[in-house]
Amino acid sequence: MTPFLVLIRRDLALSLRQAADALVAVMFAVLVVVLFAFGVGPEANVLSRISAGVVWVAALLAAMLSLDRLFQADHDDGSLEQLALGPLPLWSVALAKATAHWLVTGVPLIVAAPVLALMLAMPPDGLATLLAAMILGTPCFSLLGAIGAALVLGARRGGVLVAFLVLPLAIPVLIFGTAATEAALTGLEAAPHLMLLGACLLATLALAPAAAAAALRQAVG
Amino acid sequence: MTGSLHRFANPARFQRLARAVLPWCAGGAAVAFALGLYLALVASPPDYQQGDTVRIMYVHVPAAWMALGGYTTMALASAVALIWRHRLGDLIAQSAAPIGAGFTIIALVTGMLWGQPMWGTFWVWDARLTSVLVLLFLYLGYIALVHAFDDPERGARAGAILALVGWINVPIVKFSVDWWNTLHQPASISRFAKPAIHPSILTPLLVMAAAFMLLFATLLLLRVRAAIVEHRLRTLAMARARG
Repeated sequence: MTPFLVLIRRDLALSLRQAADALVAVMFAVLVVVLFAFGVGPEANVLSRISAGVVWVAALLAAMLSLDRLFQADHDDGSLEQLALGPLPLWSVALAKATAHWLVTGVPLIVAAPVLALMLAMPPDGLATLLAAMILGTPCFSLLGAIGAALVLGARRGGVLVAFLVLPLAIPVLIFGTAATEAALTGLEAAPHLMLLGACLLATLALAPAAAAAALRQAVG
Repeated sequence: MTGSLHRFANPARFQRLARAVLPWCAGGAAVAFALGLYLALVASPPDYQQGDTVRIMYVHVPAAWMALGGYTTMALASAVALIWRHRLGDLIAQSAAPIGAGFTIIALVTGMLWGQPMWGTFWVWDARLTSVLVLLFLYLGYIALVHAFDDPERGARAGAILALVGWINVPIVKFSVDWWNTLHQPASISRFAKPAIHPSILTPLLVMAAAFMLLFATLLLLRVRAAIVEHRLRTLAMARARG
C-alpha cells in the first residue's frame, strides 16, 4: 500500500471513529434545507423553482463546517511535522487529506442530495444532472477548502476565517453547478455547464494541492 | 535585471527613493485631479443618450481599473516576498490591500449610482458585477487573514499565498464581459484597436485614469513608509524586551 493510500486510510479511520462528526455535515445540510422551507414558505412551485440553488448552497456550507479540523489536529499534536519530514511530498499530503475530507463529507452529501431535492419538490428530471454536477463539484469544495484550512493553521478564529477565505473561491463551482441543474430542469442542454464544472475540478485538482502545500510549509515553519 | 531590482529591496534605500518620488506623485495626482475633474465635469459634452449621468463614468472606470491594478500589485509583491523572501514585498502587499479595497468599493458604489438611472436598478447579478464583488471579498479575506495571527511574519506568509491564489479572479473580472452575455457593457478602450469612444470623452477619462494611478502610488508609498517605520519600531521594542 502506497504512503498516499495509507494516509487516506488513517484519516478515514480517525473520522469514522467519531462517526457523529462525519454525520454533522449532512445533518447541517438537511437543517439548512428545512430552514429554507420554513423561511420561504411551503408553496411547492416556489420551492421547486429555487431547489437547485438551495441544495447547492446547503452542500457548500456543510462542506465548510469541518474544514478547520482538516489539518488542525495534526498541527496541534505534531503529526504534521512528521508528515512533512516523511517520504510523501507535501502536495501529496494535502491531496490525501482533501480526498479523505471529500470521502467523509462530500460523498454523504452527494447521497443526501436527491433526498434534499425531493424535500424541495424538485421535478425528478433534474435529479440525474444534480447528482452528476455534485460528483464533479463537491471535490472542488474539499480541494479549495484544503488551501483555506492550511492557510489558517494557528490563526485566531480559524473556523470562521476559513469559510470567509474559501467561499469566494467556490463561487464559480456554485454558479456552474446550479446552472447545470437549472438547465436540466428547464429542458436545456446541461452538458456545457457540466463540462465547465469538470474544468473547474481539473484546475483545482492541479493547482490546489500545490497552493495548500505552500501554505502547510509556512505553517510547519 | 533582477540584480538591479534587488537593490530596491533594501528598506533604507527604498525609504530614500520613496522620499524623493513621493512629492512628485502627490503633486502629479493633485494636478491630474484638478485637470481631470474640470474636463470631466465641466468641459466634456454630455452623452447624447445618458445626459450628464455619463460623468459618473469618469470616476467609475478609473476606480475599477485601480481595483484590478491594486490586486495585481498585491499579487506581484506577494510573489516577490515568497520567492526572494524580501520583507519589503510583504509590506507593499499589506499596504496595497486596503487601498485596493477602497477603490473596489468606489467602483461598486459609483456603478450602482450609475445603474439606477441607466438600467433602472442598483444591482444586477451579472458576471462583471458579481466578479468585482468577489474581488472585494478577496481583498477583505486577505486583510482578515494577515491580521489573524499573533506572529505578523506568519500572517504575511499566509496572506502572500492567498493573494496569489485569489489573483485568478482578476482575469475573470477583466474578461467576464466577453465570456458571458452580460448587462455590463464590454470594454471600449483597447491598446490594439481604435477606441470605440469619441476623443472628447476619452481625453478626460485618460486624465482621470492617470490621476487615480498617481493617487494609488502616493497612498501606497505613504503606507509602505509608515509600515517600514512601524516594523523597525516593533523590532527595536522586541530587542529591548529581550534585553
